[in-house]
Amino acid sequence: MAVITDAICSLCGSLCDDITVTVEDNVITDVERACILGRNKFVGMFLHDRIESPMIRKNGELVDVSYEEAIDEAAKILVNSKRTLSYGWCSTSCEAISKAIQLAEETGSLIDSTANVCHGPSALAVQEKGGPSATLGAVKNRADVVIFWGCNPAHAHPRHMSRYSSFSKGFFTQKGRKDRKMIVIDVRKTDTAKLADTYVEIDQGSDYLLVTALRSAINGHEDVIPDTVAGVSKEDVLELANVLKEAKYTCVFYGMGVTQSRSKYKNGDGVSSLISDINQHSKAVMIGMRGHYNVTGFGQVATWETGFPMAIDFTRGAPYYNPGETGANDVLTRGDVDAAIISAADPGAHFPQDSLKYLAKIPVIQIDPYANPTTELSDVVFPAAVVGVEAEGTAYRMDGISLRMKKLIDTKFKTDEEIAVDLINKVRELKGGA
Amino acid sequence: MSELLIKNAVVCDPINNVNCEKMDISVKDGKIVESVSSGAKVIDAGGKLTMAGGVDGHTHCAGKINVGRFMSPHDMRMTNVPGLSGKEAPTATTRAQVGYNTPNAFAIGYRYAKMGYTTIGEAAIPIIGARHTHEEFEAIPILDKFGLTLFGSNWQVMEYIRDDEPEKLAAYVAWGLKASRGYGIKIVNPGGGEAWGWGKNVSGLDDPVPNFDVTPAQIIMGLAEANEKLNLPHSIHLHCNNLGKPGNYETTIASMKLLENLKSNRDRQVLHVTHVQFNAYGGTSWRDFESAAPQVSDYINSTDHMTFDLGQAIFGPAMTMTADGPVEYANSRMLNAKWSNMDVELEDASGVVPITYSPKNFVNAVQWAIGLELALLVDDPWKVMFTTDSPNGGSFVNYPEAYTYLMSAKRRAEIIETLPEMALGRMNIPGIDRELDLYELAIMTRAMQSKMYCMDTKGHLGVGADADIAIYDIKPDSVDTTVEYVAVKKAFSGAAYTIKSGEVVVKDGEIAMTPEGRTYWVNAKMPQATVDAMQVDVAKKFKKYYTVSQANYMVEDAYLPHPVEITTEAL
Ligand SMILES: [Zn+2]
Repeated sequence: MAVITDAICSLCGSLCDDITVTVEDNVITDVERACILGRNKFVGMFLHDRIESPMIRKNGELVDVSYEEAIDEAAKILVNSKRTLSYGWCSTSCEAISKAIQLAEETGSLIDSTANVCHGPSALAVQEKGGPSATLGAVKNRADVVIFWGCNPAHAHPRHMSRYSSFSKGFFTQKGRKDRKMIVIDVRKTDTAKLADTYVEIDQGSDYLLVTALRSAINGHEDVIPDTVAGVSKEDVLELANVLKEAKYTCVFYGMGVTQSRSKYKNGDGVSSLISDINQHSKAVMIGMRGHYNVTGFGQVATWETGFPMAIDFTRGAPYYNPGETGANDVLTRGDVDAAIISAADPGAHFPQDSLKYLAKIPVIQIDPYANPTTELSDVVFPAAVVGVEAEGTAYRMDGISLRMKKLIDTKFKTDEEIAVDLINKVRELKGGA
Repeated sequence: MSELLIKNAVVCDPINNVNCEKMDISVKDGKIVESVSSGAKVIDAGGKLTMAGGVDGHTHCAGKINVGRFMSPHDMRMTNVPGLSGKEAPTATTRAQVGYNTPNAFAIGYRYAKMGYTTIGEAAIPIIGARHTHEEFEAIPILDKFGLTLFGSNWQVMEYIRDDEPEKLAAYVAWGLKASRGYGIKIVNPGGGEAWGWGKNVSGLDDPVPNFDVTPAQIIMGLAEANEKLNLPHSIHLHCNNLGKPGNYETTIASMKLLENLKSNRDRQVLHVTHVQFNAYGGTSWRDFESAAPQVSDYINSTDHMTFDLGQAIFGPAMTMTADGPVEYANSRMLNAKWSNMDVELEDASGVVPITYSPKNFVNAVQWAIGLELALLVDDPWKVMFTTDSPNGGSFVNYPEAYTYLMSAKRRAEIIETLPEMALGRMNIPGIDRELDLYELAIMTRAMQSKMYCMDTKGHLGVGADADIAIYDIKPDSVDTTVEYVAVKKAFSGAAYTIKSGEVVVKDGEIAMTPEGRTYWVNAKMPQATVDAMQVDVAKKFKKYYTVSQANYMVEDAYLPHPVEITTEAL
């Protein structure tokens, strides 16, 4: 029996790193401190539909093949493709992401992450206005006002509020929740909202209006604010603005309710401007509530390796970036790629119908520990080790702090990184031989 | 066993008092040796200028630069310096390249190597963010790397100074260097990072840090004493308070004076003041803003305890990035520019803001002059490190252009002619006729770094040095660097050869191969009892305040695939 302390939970962007895991006969038998979602990932993994063998679709059916045969077939698809879409790479290690980028570069592919369907617009907002942010510990130790805007940590990031935000105790916040004002802005009263001191219910898709009204109030232009904004009374807007001005330290945590609602990146852009304005009076920062545990890592690695955080097109050799044109769904709906390699993501469950229809028409390579709807669309399938459980590697928390995930148990499966490296080598061999 | 013989090199090697003398250089197994066998591979340098590989001792190349990249996709296609910027498709030897101020990691390695640089130092590593820095180091090909760790607004540091615990402070610094795999102590706007946690700043050396009851002056002194107690290879590396403000030269000189009487056991300065261009401002507002380089230079000429670097401004777009959080916020409001910020728990702050230095803008024109004035008014080149604080003053790919400003009064005059009349009265550069020669340039770009970082295998070509060698396509015998600045710039922009650890990595200005570089870090040993006492305090910090556990805080060996561990023993 082995007891592993300080293990990192590779479920959500909170990357809790205080988990104690007990392993008996290469099986995780106990998990301490993880939330229910994290616990499921640690111990429930064998209950999932694990892919057991490399597979190739033959006569319409996926059949088991050797790893070598699958690598051979996948490499042929990549070499014969004029433009492959490489997608996902967010629930895996930075080391794997780095190799995926190299594979995309060497095959002239387009590579994009799951940010395409979640926090991609926040990246655009940073490019427009910047990202005034902080590490989660700055919030824990200083913040007397915490705002959750369009996010529901009670469900999506269960330990966030106790470790980093609402309830956490820090140097200047010794009383934790009592020292803090908690505000939730959302379109419906979520379980997080039920815990708040103030719940501001806004009309669907009206985030940008509220941001603009708050900026007006903070910048001393109350007069331009109408009686009701985004379904919120002017009085409540002014009161909220006042809280922000009077606060010692505010953090706005924002979620997909902001990034994926109407106005998309303009919302993030607006929040960033709001943060800058609040800093004329007090201190404020913003942090995106990233879902997939290493979607932040994809953005980081892609940025230092290619200059861009997502939607990177190597078709012309040097990286080209134009989200809206080079995003995964952009090229799928346009029918602008002729093959796909998908790892650690499930577009089969999350992409719009038009994209899926097109994916069904082209050869698809899947790398994943688990069978999912994407498997049904795939022509070559690689089972992979579960990173953070069966393989070590780096991941980035939602605030940009990187941590080293541990390997907790042994596995017969190859890692995403190893598979990507084998593909790079096989592609080189095929190209060299041609 | 690989051997190399470089024949007919005209060597400029100030550490060994060699001033453009024709000689041969023997290389064996990555090191410079007395002689090699007749089987050695031969490179005929043909009388070309030969120097040790360049050392950029203060650049922003890993970590925070990624925020700059993230914010500025437009930077990726900028081609301001042909051959050393913009997009390039991958080749058989190189990965895809992008960018100008914030190039991707691969491009950083290739472009420094093309300019004959073989070692670079990242100027600011937050301990909790150090893993990220080392990930980017690993992605930068060819070059050797090292980084300076931020201590200037660190809670544990401020508490130990407040509580007069110098031994524990030294032990903490040693531990922080180990945790971050850093090479030395960086202090940025001491105390200001903590004040910025509340949206405030400190106003000068004696303005107490909110809630911590220490002053910036005490932080500087405390860390400098710890630095010498630990016998670190570098001195403290100080970014002064009040950066970027008119009249700040007084704070700068006062900060320098603080360390006048500090002694070191090592043969180096006790203080390095960084990017002094941003801290040598006269006047009381932007209206009467003027160069205070003469005052600062006069002081530096009067003392022997310090070195500094320029932070030269380059006209055109740049990207400011610093742990000086309040400065970046102020920049963004003043320039109406996008602003990124990072408050780092228990340690520091930082910010990133784009900027453009325009020759038509009188303030920018004076800034341009101040950097050059500092380089030319300080008599002893051994005190001066050439930098642009890349990319704060401008991208490092402008170094060859900036060399010509230092080497040619004629070239300077051409630029000065284009500057606004109002700026000319606020600067001194038009009246300065000093022109650096190749020997002085070699001091400022590699030799002084060898001394100021106590890197005795870097920055020179003596026996035992690393075989990091740059051969530039100009002939010292015949070139007049005061006039032929076009040829000078061209030569330094694409080395005829860059040799790294004995391997030809650049030939005729193109990348020939891309070996992986090493990472230097300092393991400073303290008595175990002191370390244990310090650890008790640090453990409390992790239990109560940090959001990562101590076990996950320390950078693991996996992130330094080619480490060079420098050990020191405390006094
Ligand atoms: Zn700097």
